[in-house]
Amino acid sequence: MEIDDPRPVAEPLGRLSAAVGTPPTPQLRLRESPLAITDAAVLGAPPVLEVRNLDLWYGPQQALFGIDLDVRRNSVLALIGPSGCGKSTLLRCLNRMNDLIDGVRIRGQVLLGGEDLYDPAVDVISLRKRMGMVFQKSNPFPKTIYENVAYGLRIQGERDRRVLDEAVERSLQGAGLWEEVRDRLDQSALGLSGGQQQRLCIARALAVRPEVILMDEPCSALDPIATGRIEELIFELKKEFTIVIVTHNMQQAARVSDFTAFFWLGKLVETDVTERMFTNPRQRITEDYITGRFG
Amino acid sequence: MSTGLRDWMRRGNGLVWLSAGVLAFAVLMIGGLVGLIAARGLGFFWPAPLVLFETPAGPVLGEVADREPARGGEPGRIQLRVGNRDLFGQDFRWYPESELRNPTLPEDALMVERSEYGVFLGRVKELRKDGLTVSTGPAALDEALERLPGARKAQAGIRAVEKGEVGRLNTALEAIRLERKALERRPDPARQPQLDAREAELRSRYADLEGRLDHLRAEAKRLTVLLEAWDGQVKEMPLPQVVRLVPSNRLGLPGKLKVYASRLWEFVSDDPRESNTEGGIFPAIFGTVMMVLLMSALGVPLGVLAALYLREYARDGWLVRAIRVAVNNLAGVPSIVFGVFGLGFFVYTLGGSLDRLFFPERLPTPTFGTGGILWASLTLALLTVPVVIVATEEALAAVPRFQREASMALGATKWQTLWNIVLPGAMPGILTGLILAMARGAGEVAPLMLTGVVKLAPSMPLDGTFPFLHLDRKFMHLGFHIYDVGFQSPNSEAAKPMVFMTTLLLLAVVVALNLAAIRIRRRLRARLGGSTF
Repeated sequence: MEIDDPRPVAEPLGRLSAAVGTPPTPQLRLRESPLAITDAAVLGAPPVLEVRNLDLWYGPQQALFGIDLDVRRNSVLALIGPSGCGKSTLLRCLNRMNDLIDGVRIRGQVLLGGEDLYDPAVDVISLRKRMGMVFQKSNPFPKTIYENVAYGLRIQGERDRRVLDEAVERSLQGAGLWEEVRDRLDQSALGLSGGQQQRLCIARALAVRPEVILMDEPCSALDPIATGRIEELIFELKKEFTIVIVTHNMQQAARVSDFTAFFWLGKLVETDVTERMFTNPRQRITEDYITGRFG
Repeated sequence: MSTGLRDWMRRGNGLVWLSAGVLAFAVLMIGGLVGLIAARGLGFFWPAPLVLFETPAGPVLGEVADREPARGGEPGRIQLRVGNRDLFGQDFRWYPESELRNPTLPEDALMVERSEYGVFLGRVKELRKDGLTVSTGPAALDEALERLPGARKAQAGIRAVEKGEVGRLNTALEAIRLERKALERRPDPARQPQLDAREAELRSRYADLEGRLDHLRAEAKRLTVLLEAWDGQVKEMPLPQVVRLVPSNRLGLPGKLKVYASRLWEFVSDDPRESNTEGGIFPAIFGTVMMVLLMSALGVPLGVLAALYLREYARDGWLVRAIRVAVNNLAGVPSIVFGVFGLGFFVYTLGGSLDRLFFPERLPTPTFGTGGILWASLTLALLTVPVVIVATEEALAAVPRFQREASMALGATKWQTLWNIVLPGAMPGILTGLILAMARGAGEVAPLMLTGVVKLAPSMPLDGTFPFLHLDRKFMHLGFHIYDVGFQSPNSEAAKPMVFMTTLLLLAVVVALNLAAIRIRRRLRARLGGSTF
């Protein structure tokens, strides 16, 4: 199954030198956002996911270079960087979705609870159950709302109607959608609005009780109100789950994440606690990016 | 002016007009074809006036069937349908226009549709019972009209007994004969007397039935009509052999409509008569529909599975590309070649082996080793499978990637994703393939002629006799019927309108099947929420 063409990795280098200038005043405004609070507890939490020296090639073209990254339990990690920098590729490495693409080669380790995902003994199917994924474009199945949420359990062989009912309600409540759809669970999911569809996709991922939720630009196709609801939801979800989110929206990264990792040309430039990253980045290029001088 | 023209061209107006014109031309062609078929076919059932002419050779009664204008030195000619094949030798006759004079429409002129020898044109002279005159002249016609439904009903009763009870007894006797044959090879002394007793019982029931039938037949023959042609020849026939009495000239519009409806109904619901030139074509309609349904049931799973592997599992390479090209080219193989393959492989090889394995006692009479609806459907399934494969492949490719990814990300295996997400999403496209396949399959005749279609099938492939579905039976088909009636008929002049009507019905059957599939597809599409296919 051919899924995707190799993505272009290179960004024009010339623009970086043009972006060199005086360091900007830190954008304190961002910190006033009501949601951005990094718990002290999170800072000391043990890592759930550890990426160790990960290289990835699309055919002959290398897309990721020696990535090292930790994701702490019940934290939100934002992956930022210009288009084609490898952040989505890294995200898809975490549940081995890149396996579906022909010509992808990976070296290095991704440890989930200390166990290497790329160990040949690992069952990809059961691994993906532990890693929920929410995509850039909301992608509900052309089925009823109920069947969308129940899908993950059904393919695991769950037949008991009560278990399914309970899981559907719990997941929809978890995604903040229950009150809106409880009376029309048997209607097509395609009749929901864009924001509702995206929350339905989150509910669908929650239903199988994953440990980590991977979000690939979940709000890029949504209006500001729907985006706000998703961000609130992320804030709620991190109490129970660990979240890795790819975003192009700096404010969003600042608002929802505890940690931020900045990627450029397939390399991890720096990663830090979000407040520190946005107020006092160590690298010049990070600063240029988050202040909008390039990218 | 030239800039105006150039501007006009640049806006693409020329192309719009061209494409609209081509479309209009296509619509006109199709409309004209269907219109011609409908006009020539549907008009046939309308009771035409019976015209009496005076000719040098005496009076002639007939329907005006055709007219040739005078051309060059040739005088104009008129074709009359004079009927009375048993008396005159032929149904249709050409007359020079100058010979036909004084046309009149006699009130008592009558068209008698008979179950044998075609139509009779003339009048009723007498109605007789047991050879004694009951009534004469116009009164006889009225009484015959009144008694006809009862007589027809009795006749239908006899036919039902012949087909039903006699048929069942014959089937049972045949089973006994086959079992005896099997016993010859593996003798079983206990079974022999049982069979003897059973056969004796069946034979006595058969004799009873024969007696009853003889009685019924004799009863039916008691009432006869004496018909007289305009030249004075008379013909006596039992009333039940009359299918319909149509006094065309004295019928008003409602009466004519009634005749029309009755003829149309007979056409679509009855068995053929007179080597297919009269009566109905119901067995052919039934055979066509059943063959198409069987073909779809056999061909679609084949095509869908093949496409599934080709698109989803096979690694794209020169081999897969070669197969794809081969499949596309398969659609261009002449259908008669498929027929030859069906005859050689399905009928002789597969069917012959089945007969040797499962029906050895019936040999040398073949069961599956001869053409039948199963082999014909399989042959057509092979013929239409490329269409299904191509359509299915396109439909699979059109299922959005993000839906597959969503399913995989939830821990579904590839097979679960295919079964739960991709196949349902591709269903409308697969149905498009089915629609195209049905349209192609329903119209094929050549391969059927080798694999199981017949001019007249004694019994239908689906009936009330166990096991109800008889896949080994030969069947009738509208397409073959057109060929047979139009080109193989002993009385092609009389059969001409039948050809048009049969064609019209074949078109109607194809349209009906397609509409059904389109309906299902629309419902599926609505559920999928505006899929691209």
